[in-house]
Amino acid sequence: MNWILLLEQSLNGIQLGMLLFLLAAGLTLIFGIMDLVNLAHGSLYMLGAYYAATLTEWTGSFPLAVVLALPLAMLTGIVVEVVALRSFYSRSHLDQVLATFGLILFFNELVRLIWGPAGLDIPLPAYLATSIEILPGIPYPTYRLVILAVGILVALGLYFLVSRTRIGMLIRAGASDREMVGALGINIRLLYSIIFGIGAMLAGLAGMMAGPILSVEIGMGESILILAFVVIVIGGIGSIRGAFIASLMVGLIDTLGRSFLPDILGLFLSSGYASTAAPALSSMMIYIIMAIVLALRPEGLFPPKGAR
Amino acid sequence: MKSRLLGVVSALALLASPALAAEKVKIGFVTTLSTGAGVIGKDMRDAVELALDQLGRKVGGLDVEMIYEDDGFKPEIGKQKTEKLVKKDKVDFVAGYIWSHVLMASYKTVVNNDTFLIGSNAGPAPIAGKLCSPNFFSTSWQNDQTPMAMGEVLNQKGVKNLYIMAPNYTAGKNMVAGVERSFKGKIVGKDMTKFPSQLDFSAELAKVRAAKPDALFVFYPGKFGAQFFKQFEQSGLKGKVPLYSVFTVDAINLPILKDMALGSLATQFWSPDLDTAGNKKFVSGFLKKYGRYPSFYAAQSYDSIMLIDSAVRAVGGNLEDRDGLRKALKAAAFDSVRGTLKFGNNNFPIQNFYLRKAVKDDQGRYTTKIIATVYKDHQDPYAKDCKM
Repeated sequence: MNWILLLEQSLNGIQLGMLLFLLAAGLTLIFGIMDLVNLAHGSLYMLGAYYAATLTEWTGSFPLAVVLALPLAMLTGIVVEVVALRSFYSRSHLDQVLATFGLILFFNELVRLIWGPAGLDIPLPAYLATSIEILPGIPYPTYRLVILAVGILVALGLYFLVSRTRIGMLIRAGASDREMVGALGINIRLLYSIIFGIGAMLAGLAGMMAGPILSVEIGMGESILILAFVVIVIGGIGSIRGAFIASLMVGLIDTLGRSFLPDILGLFLSSGYASTAAPALSSMMIYIIMAIVLALRPEGLFPPKGAR
Repeated sequence: MKSRLLGVVSALALLASPALAAEKVKIGFVTTLSTGAGVIGKDMRDAVELALDQLGRKVGGLDVEMIYEDDGFKPEIGKQKTEKLVKKDKVDFVAGYIWSHVLMASYKTVVNNDTFLIGSNAGPAPIAGKLCSPNFFSTSWQNDQTPMAMGEVLNQKGVKNLYIMAPNYTAGKNMVAGVERSFKGKIVGKDMTKFPSQLDFSAELAKVRAAKPDALFVFYPGKFGAQFFKQFEQSGLKGKVPLYSVFTVDAINLPILKDMALGSLATQFWSPDLDTAGNKKFVSGFLKKYGRYPSFYAAQSYDSIMLIDSAVRAVGGNLEDRDGLRKALKAAAFDSVRGTLKFGNNNFPIQNFYLRKAVKDDQGRYTTKIIATVYKDHQDPYAKDCKM
């Protein structure tokens, strides 16, 4: 076993987990508290990336673009909530799925009209595009360390927001018992708009962070959204803590599976079979884990307190 | 030689078309116009339009109806669209197809209906071998050929230990099989990444670093190429492990990759600077009409239309003359971008393969330049399985 490689791959896994967490945190809040299945969360991720790409072009600085794009992403979320989704809270999940699926198509076409089909590129400033030696002889991309740091900061920030502030109290209360919060005279509509806005901002941030590594393109949110749903199912719907831990789990399992399964399978299969079976098996692994969690703890690993 | 051929062809044409010439030729063109891969389809469509412009909006002297269809990057949609073209629109020719898995799904629908299929990009092994059909013609290559040429280049460069990365789908597997077929050294590592969803290659790049190979061979077409190059540079591997690729650096992503890809080596049957009459007319026309360099996808699409034009012309516009058309397609009497287009028994081209390098032209535009000829008149290894 190559310990240095294991360390490097673990970092890669945690970094993927952080990206997932940014996306899953908003998703779990919206699903858990507002009881809204939002398939268009991936579109908000895509829009965040496009905002950042355009603003990077205008301002010439990626960090500045991110700072400017965050309120834009939040605003987009609030507009979507007020205009399109508000009337769907009382409808069935199937209606919500249809409506938000329609939003995906709408946003994909909108982006095609505005930015064209080719996709954009976010150039990183020179100091981020390099690699740092984290241990002697092991360079690691600087930008991926930045993603790690941003993910941890957001996790701490959300923890503070949810457990130490008034709005966090309302969010927790909403996750446990929505009717009671409404009955106590809290402006549920406003609360929902704020939550959706925060979720949209986090999704946008995930898109901005992913932009420089992956390319910014139409439909970029759809494949990662599936992973984000897996995360919130494993973590427990409505739980930020669950989303955090499940994101790390999924990130690590996915990355480590991809890198070490071929070798592990190679121990007892011929190399030809191992090299074809391993990619298939490693892409199935997180879904197998999800199935196990669903079978043993259908409410997820860390369901919010009081949730039924 | 050419004028004599023309004479023969026009004499044949006179014989073959007594009176009943069809008034219109219908061509269906299946490509990817939506999704992130839509830029490839756009490049192909632009090339088709350029070909039609140069032909005076006529194909073989007949009015032409072009029907473009979007496969949405999905085999099932590609098959549906193909069925529509063949059964409902009743087209005379179907051309296009970027992706091997889409072509495989759509192939039988066309050739079993006795409609002609001109493959403008994908060249999966089965179609070149066991499933070959007299109704199929390729203006591109068989998937294995380009990486085989690259394997040969690696041998010449003295590479002993090679690491391979490619996406896990039909073409990806063909590319890997191709390079393994001609590369004589040892393959120290191989990663088949999930296609098309995997865009993050950090785990694989870390393995490459740990394996310390002499060279890395990759196949990441279209946008995947841009992604890969970016991450390769960020990982700090650039300059440490030489990178060789096929179908990864092209006119579509060079404007995005810019300096990142500059100097990188790839093999291909074509390059914008290839010195043939047909190619000069194509590249200068494309630059003039669209203000950018065409990709190899565009070159092949242009050739598809020119091939159809030459065949329809040869039968004097009599589209009912299936055998005549088939013979004329096989003869390919036109100025191809690669010089002369010569088909093997399986209707895939027998052609040269070149080593090309990403460079800047005198106006600062990014393009590729041929620096060596790797294979001369190369035929794909599956031709022997084709009973034709």
